[in-house]
Amino acid sequence: MKTFRSWLWLLFIAPMSAWALDAELLKGLASDENDVKIATIGKLSDAGDVAAIPALQALFDGALFLTSQGKLVIVAGDAAVDAVNATAIDPVPSDLVSIDINNRVRRELNAALAALKLSAPERAVRLASAKQLQADADAGSLLGIERVLATEQDAEVKEILVLAKAQINLKNADPKVRFGAVKELAATSNPNVKTLLAAMFVKKPDGSFVEPDSAVRLAAIDLLNDIQGRLARLELASHAFNGLSLGSVLLLAALGLAITFGLMGIINMAHGELLMIGAYATFVVQTIFRQHFPASFDWYLAAAVPVAFLATAMVGMALERGVIRLLYGRPLETLLCTWGISLILIQVVRATFGAQNVEVSNPSWMSGGVNFSSGLTLPYNRIVIICFAVVVVALVWFLLNKTRLGLFVRAVTQNRTMADCVGVPTGKIDMWTFGLGSGIAGLGGVALSQIGNVGPELGQSYIVDSFMVVVLGGVGQLAGTVIAAIGLGEVNKFLEPYAGAVMAKILVLVFIILFIQKRPQGLFALKGRSAEALA
Amino acid sequence: MKRRNFLTLTVLAASLAFAGAARAADTIKVGVLHSLSGTMAISETVLKDVALMAFEEINAAGGVMGKKIEPVVVDPASNWPLFAEKARQLLTQDKVAAVFGCWTSVSRKSVLPVFEELNGLLYYPVQYEGEELSKNVFYTGAAPNQQAIPAVEYLMSKDGGEAKRWFLLGTDYVYPRTTNKILRAFLKSKGVDDKDIEEIYTPFGHSDYQTIVGNIKKFSAGGKTAVVSTINGDSNVPFYKELGNQGLKATDVPVVAFSVGEEELRGVDTKPLVGHLAAWNYFMSMKNPTNDAFKKKWAAYTKAKGLSSASKPLTNDPMEATYIGIHMWKQAVEKAKTTDVDKVIVAMAGQTFKAPSGFVAKMDEKNHHLHKPVLIGEIKADGQFSVVWKTAGPIRANPWSPFIAGNESKKDEPVMAGK
Repeated sequence: MKTFRSWLWLLFIAPMSAWALDAELLKGLASDENDVKIATIGKLSDAGDVAAIPALQALFDGALFLTSQGKLVIVAGDAAVDAVNATAIDPVPSDLVSIDINNRVRRELNAALAALKLSAPERAVRLASAKQLQADADAGSLLGIERVLATEQDAEVKEILVLAKAQINLKNADPKVRFGAVKELAATSNPNVKTLLAAMFVKKPDGSFVEPDSAVRLAAIDLLNDIQGRLARLELASHAFNGLSLGSVLLLAALGLAITFGLMGIINMAHGELLMIGAYATFVVQTIFRQHFPASFDWYLAAAVPVAFLATAMVGMALERGVIRLLYGRPLETLLCTWGISLILIQVVRATFGAQNVEVSNPSWMSGGVNFSSGLTLPYNRIVIICFAVVVVALVWFLLNKTRLGLFVRAVTQNRTMADCVGVPTGKIDMWTFGLGSGIAGLGGVALSQIGNVGPELGQSYIVDSFMVVVLGGVGQLAGTVIAAIGLGEVNKFLEPYAGAVMAKILVLVFIILFIQKRPQGLFALKGRSAEALA
Repeated sequence: MKRRNFLTLTVLAASLAFAGAARAADTIKVGVLHSLSGTMAISETVLKDVALMAFEEINAAGGVMGKKIEPVVVDPASNWPLFAEKARQLLTQDKVAAVFGCWTSVSRKSVLPVFEELNGLLYYPVQYEGEELSKNVFYTGAAPNQQAIPAVEYLMSKDGGEAKRWFLLGTDYVYPRTTNKILRAFLKSKGVDDKDIEEIYTPFGHSDYQTIVGNIKKFSAGGKTAVVSTINGDSNVPFYKELGNQGLKATDVPVVAFSVGEEELRGVDTKPLVGHLAAWNYFMSMKNPTNDAFKKKWAAYTKAKGLSSASKPLTNDPMEATYIGIHMWKQAVEKAKTTDVDKVIVAMAGQTFKAPSGFVAKMDEKNHHLHKPVLIGEIKADGQFSVVWKTAGPIRANPWSPFIAGNESKKDEPVMAGK
């Protein structure tokens, strides 16, 4: 085993670091003084020696340790190597002291690693480090960039590096170089460049601009306007995405209610608690996966979706058969009764799972986001929820419009007596419909568990929003619910940057009150005889 | 018939009350007033547990003056008026000798009139905004000069990244608003322009931080930016998730938080958050024998009680402050040889206790606040903090911040009634 491991080292690590590093210089990484650490990192980076990468990376990851003899050791799992010459140390020394770094050192390490990795053989690594360099380009990286530019073959990497170099050259002493840099940056929408350009137009105390050359200033003002235009468009796009994301959350929360309240006309105050039960079902599935199938933990959500649907559908059907069935046609009693049920459900969950929030973690494929070079990031969890909302709406639409159950549901909600006459089992259909609505609420709960906190009061914060969406959309209309949810999300998110989170919400509520005054039937009204019966 | 019923009931009630009184003679009742449900439960539940642990520990060592401590735990459910009701219940009905509780300043402001009216004794274990000094309260958390100001000074320093622009983000209530008022005045005194300070508030329990994180990104394009977060309660989880998902790295825009510790980060994937900061007077990662013993005790306690945190027992600053407060109260009662509130208050002055932070915490002779060290920590990949800056030793609290106008004339000790 031991020999096998050393063979491994010989095969993979040793060739990478065929030459040893300067042990004295490397010791600076373990200094207590951040200034010494940073100077050492700078020297290693300027030397351009790729052998320094493992040590620097280990320092960044917190895997670099100091032994009591003052030796630097890289520890990975249960193996350790000497940071200077990459020889394996077996067994792992027990007297290791970790080397702590702070953000300042981390920043320098980022730049140094990016510069060193520019000469890596893999294109993807080079591309990533070029992007990193562009993001925080400073004069220190110029040397490395120029060295790599001379040999780099890949067009995309080269392009990014040219931009990074131009960014640094905006501060060059030679006006011609600065002018060239402004021209080279023509296509960028990097917000950092905007800051650099804006700095040129700051007036010094004597009234002159920071940028003395008028030709450079002229070119810069054009570029600045371009970038500002591009950034403004991007901001609009990001507001639109945020609105869509909030809208899809509202939609998932309200879709179940659109069926139970919208189609069936039941004022279900326990709807929020059905969302909550869906979220807790997700939590239970997660716990089971964590204990029994840790290997496939990342896919627990796939199992949580049907479980949450069935669990809430079951609760919903029991509710319908046990309580709501007896109260049809008595909306006031239904309201009070379901409100009581919501309190009971909250207490039951509190008694079972405790009053504290439970932890529902995102699967690893839902953390992070899609990055665009301009600084716009679309988080994966938001994208997944938008897609999930689309799928759920499609399923509900299909169920209601293309299946026999859907036909019956529509028949019963439009004209109960007539449906009963032609032999539709209305009682059973009521149960199935309410079960379906509750199940959809459970799916909403799965989605909510991924973006917010899961606690017994989870439903309370969504019940008002859900009713708002359904009423605004027009009772009895799925399409109305969809449009109302997305619309509210967008309005909210476009208002928020100007009015703040609290004010935006108030404005939306005021808007809805005014809207309902003018149009009590909501955005889309049912036409025909059934409309009066519902209202 | 009715009358007889009433009579039996009265007799029964009287005998019960008598039994209660008889029992009370060999125990000392103390109250625990922390939210065990609602938005603050994420932070406060462990404070209840650590208080119970401390009582158990004291009882096992012989109690206070030979009497056992009998805790009365109530749940004010993150509902501020309910805090006042529960406090009144503890003081009048249960007649507790002292109360350990509250997290948010709004809950403390809510119970303060009750404690002053009934001459109760409150130990408040959380950092807060200052601007208060009551004879009936001992503040074992940090005042602004023991947390907020040093944290901002650090971010302005070379090691902290020399921040030039400031994004002050908080939950909408008295603590964040006052702290930000102090910070704004402090930043101005350091030459920061108003246009370089942005102040944003969200309601309790807010969970959609997309726009705000987007705004931070936009704001940070204008120069080196730091975010000062005074978000409280479970909103922190969606906020940090959004930070991680949107890839806002600490090396670009560091976020320093005043109400986020080890416990709040439980359940958040901390790998994308490495380097974001928190300022406290204690971190779980501190290495010293007192802390090792404290952590061991807590781990054993969570296991013995089957608490949900037993699989990953975490300690944090307000837990340490609760622990210090309880032990100092015990010492003061033993010094005063009574639980009488006025005498205990006198005995509290100058009490010292070897705190888990490794320093000796001392109750100031006058201003009811602890002398505490200030620490700034960066989040590590495992959810712990590595200390990147600390004061040489404990510093004295300054509840009346000099950065708020009119504070110069305020006395640094509680004003006694009738004097």
